[in-house]
Amino acid sequence: MALLFDIKRYSVNDGPGIRITFFFKGCPLTCIWCHNPEGTQLRQQKLYTESRCIGCRTCSAACPEKALIPLPDGMATDATRCLVCGRCANVCPTKAMEISGMTLTPDHVMAEIEKERVFLEQSGGGVTFCGGEPLMQSGFLYKLLRRCRNADIRTAVDTTLFCPEKKLRVIMAYVDLFLVDLKHMDTHLHHRYCGVFNRRILNNIRLLAIESRPFLIRIPLIEGINTDEGNIRASASFLASLPWTEKTVQLLPYHDIGKGKHAKLGTVYNPANIPMSTPSASTIASTIHIFESFGISATVGG
Amino acid sequence: MITAQRAPHSASNFDPQGTINIGGLNDRIKRLRQESIDAEPSLSIERAIIETRFYKENEGKYPVPILRALNFLEICQTKTLHIGKDELIVGERGPAPKAVPTFPELTCHSIEDLRVLNTRELQRYTITEEEIRIYAKEVIPYWKGRTQRERIFNHVPQAWRDLYEAGLFTEFMEQRAPGHTALDGKIYRYGLLEVKKRIACEIEKLDFINDPEATDKQEELQAMSISCDAAIVFARRHADFADRLAKNETNPTRVRELRAIARICRRVPAYAPETFWEAIQMYWFIHLGTITELNGWDAMNPGHFDQHLLPFYERDIAEGRITRDDAKELLSCFWIKVNNHPAPPKVGITAKESGTYNDFTNINIGGIAPDGSDAVNELSYIMLEVAEELHILQPGCSVHISASTPERFLRSACKLIRQGHGYPSVFNVDAYIAEMLRQGKTLTDAREGGCSGCIEVGAFGKEAYLLTGYLNVPKILEITLHDGLDPVSGKQVGLHTGAAASFRTFDELYAAFIQQLNHIIDLKVRVSNYIDRMFAKYAPATFLSLFIDDCIARGRDYYNCGPRYNTTYIQCTGLGTVTDSLSVLKKHIFADKTFTMDQLLEALDSNFREAEPMRQHILNRTPFFGNDDDEADDIARKVYDDLYASIEGRPNTKGGIFHLNMLSTTCHVYFGKITGATPNGRLAFTSISDGTSPSHGADTHGPSSVVKSLGKLDQIKSGGTLLNLRFLPSLLKREEDVAKLASLIRSYFSLGGHHVQFNIVDTATLLAAQQSPEAYRDLLVRMAGYSDYFNDMNVDLQADIIARTEQEAF
Repeated sequence: MALLFDIKRYSVNDGPGIRITFFFKGCPLTCIWCHNPEGTQLRQQKLYTESRCIGCRTCSAACPEKALIPLPDGMATDATRCLVCGRCANVCPTKAMEISGMTLTPDHVMAEIEKERVFLEQSGGGVTFCGGEPLMQSGFLYKLLRRCRNADIRTAVDTTLFCPEKKLRVIMAYVDLFLVDLKHMDTHLHHRYCGVFNRRILNNIRLLAIESRPFLIRIPLIEGINTDEGNIRASASFLASLPWTEKTVQLLPYHDIGKGKHAKLGTVYNPANIPMSTPSASTIASTIHIFESFGISATVGG
Repeated sequence: MITAQRAPHSASNFDPQGTINIGGLNDRIKRLRQESIDAEPSLSIERAIIETRFYKENEGKYPVPILRALNFLEICQTKTLHIGKDELIVGERGPAPKAVPTFPELTCHSIEDLRVLNTRELQRYTITEEEIRIYAKEVIPYWKGRTQRERIFNHVPQAWRDLYEAGLFTEFMEQRAPGHTALDGKIYRYGLLEVKKRIACEIEKLDFINDPEATDKQEELQAMSISCDAAIVFARRHADFADRLAKNETNPTRVRELRAIARICRRVPAYAPETFWEAIQMYWFIHLGTITELNGWDAMNPGHFDQHLLPFYERDIAEGRITRDDAKELLSCFWIKVNNHPAPPKVGITAKESGTYNDFTNINIGGIAPDGSDAVNELSYIMLEVAEELHILQPGCSVHISASTPERFLRSACKLIRQGHGYPSVFNVDAYIAEMLRQGKTLTDAREGGCSGCIEVGAFGKEAYLLTGYLNVPKILEITLHDGLDPVSGKQVGLHTGAAASFRTFDELYAAFIQQLNHIIDLKVRVSNYIDRMFAKYAPATFLSLFIDDCIARGRDYYNCGPRYNTTYIQCTGLGTVTDSLSVLKKHIFADKTFTMDQLLEALDSNFREAEPMRQHILNRTPFFGNDDDEADDIARKVYDDLYASIEGRPNTKGGIFHLNMLSTTCHVYFGKITGATPNGRLAFTSISDGTSPSHGADTHGPSSVVKSLGKLDQIKSGGTLLNLRFLPSLLKREEDVAKLASLIRSYFSLGGHHVQFNIVDTATLLAAQQSPEAYRDLLVRMAGYSDYFNDMNVDLQADIIARTEQEAF
């Protein structure tokens, strides 16, 4: 059993071909730009979408804890009372109230994958496990990876690589492609923005390279965070030092679409108000140039 | 995790300010294209005047087929000719581009009709008061009581009329003649003089002693022979006209072109074409003949044009007669010719009911050859380029994909789809060949087949496949829930099958629904068969019959068992709406008992007023079609199988049978307007679902789940299904996205899908186009089976497009 928060089909940006992507709940990082905040906790969370609320109050009638407070234009949840039992979500006609987090068995997941088989085979695609951080539920992940291998389904794992090396070693033979974010080379800034130091991540990237496991490096390019020349050079230099044949990175220019989801969770996006913005075309161009000077090709988007 | 770094969703590949890239076009084509776009559709009364005079003088003097053929000859001999400046392919149905004739023998426009056409906001056809006066004096009085439309409406039983007026179905042939056909390759092998010789042989062989039909056959064959003369005369008049123009022309290049046109018009259609240019002109004269003779549904179609023209192209290239660019120019001229021929307008119209100028000529590109080999060739690619660069309303085009079709061709087509003009639509050759084989066609005939207009397929050059009208399946459920009463009009139009609250199980309710369905199909078929005979008797198509095997060999008309295959279709609309509605009834009324039947009926009758929570509960907590959810998809399959069971195999009057078809064109909008709220939460008078697409917004699991659901229908049993998918442009930005779209199409086809078409446009663009139509004049979108200018659509059709689920991936 594992806790997931979403399944996306016809996923075209999480690896080669057409994919089905499973989103695992729980993440050890707390990146301030996170756009899937509903995936960060390894427990069910309540989401509320005000625009869907029609004010019928079916939810407050169903709440055993009296945690829902009707407002003129919607509903407020008293977090001190709410037990996240999900009764409000069960009765809400518009799904304004939702529970993020569903418990799935490996059989469930494999059945969903089988439904998509024709597309995966036709396009050379596969399944992508992402999150959150899929390695936080690594036992479950391991089972799925082995079953996919037996079923001839290609796999990708989209991971922070913030995990003990041992865990990575257990799964890596069954992963056809790792998708790894490289967020910042300065370990203190990494800690500041993501809540953890980057040493473990960099070591694990090196491990993948040494063990010749296929991986793709992606860099969320965020003006104000990591676009300065020093960081780009350090990133390029690190990647160039790896025994790695692919030598390509994907640059993902930042957009702040994570904001809306924080509103649904009742949390605040970027509470410290750290300035972040979309990098300019010239920043992107010079980033590409720096990578190229290290013999690494960089593409935009993904 | 990467979704945050996606391009913003409003990013569109459609640039409202910029003009479409027509850089690939030469100056001639740019001018002709602009003239075609600028020409305003008008009504021409010339054909009606010629025909009325001819009928006044000759009706009763000749057997009907000969009367019709002589009438056609008279038009060809006397109609005003037009050869435009710069044109290479010549001939117009009317006296000028986009001048549309009327066909009073089928249906006669009233003075009021003409005035509405002249003034309505959308799909306007101009006509002067003077012309209306002449029409009123010369044309209207004669045809009173003599039109096909009146013959039909005089006959129909009251029960049929009640259902028709309540909007349970439409009837194609009350306005236009049966059409829906396309040609095979024979017109490039034999000229009409050769055809006349064959006709003479058949007359010679007639057995007047033993064959009671010999006289009828002789009359039909004589009429066919006269029709050949008519087309030859028409072409020769163009030859003489071109020579006259050449005499007065000062530009030496144009003089040479006009002399060449004159020479070509003396060659075709009398003799078989020898060059690429002649081959296109050959087809164009035949096309014009068929749409002048009568007003058939679907403005005719050359079939596999890339295959037919290939030998001419290869020879001309090898002998240095033309270059690739010349071929492209000639094809562009042809494309523009088709664009110059809007559909003739209907009668009894209001501005609201206006539909489209599109007359559904659909150029089939790609596919396979009659020997089963891949048929994609250089012309297939040139035709995709022409369609992309011209970016005009007509003709539509479709690509035909089989397992053996090269990936390169499919991806080229996907790149054109990405432009977001709504074409080409994509057909599964392997599926439709299986459909035709199931219907009893030979393998070779099936392989030579394809799509004639929207999504219906047939054996080109050998089949009359008539669409007889749309069936409003959700409305059948609506009357079932009201014991046969139409709650919109308050009239009892169906059978008494019991009050909804009296059904104890879902199966009982479903049985009543099927009972109503069968009753409606009985009436529909009865009237269709009558109409078939009316056309066979009063309006034979003696020119079209020349090109459809085996009309000549059988001595019988296209409308009278002449073709090798005679197929009749009823097109069922609203599968998504009815499936979802039945799913609601099954789950919420009978299984979970979330609501009672009376509560639901009350909500439906009040259009969910006071019942928004119920409606939302339904919308969010019911298995709906299009999500790869067996609970809903099993219902869809059952409905589909039962529609098939009700329609399939009923005899038509021509030795053929009725089959199921699953398209809606724009009719789902009309049907929606006369259908009250439905159990799936659809509000009253809004569109029902189109073709076999899921209901608007019901498919929430992405395009792969949609095609999985559609793949569960045994589509081979139908004569075609229609799937609309709307994609956000951001989903097709990168080259690899094009390959993924191609994979999606291949996947659908491997599941047995018949057809899919795409709109690549985001909601923001559509809303902006509604706000500032001027900035979006070029915005072509896919309606159903054809593309149309977004700003030529009425508000209801626009709303329908906007409501289609945007497919977005992550």
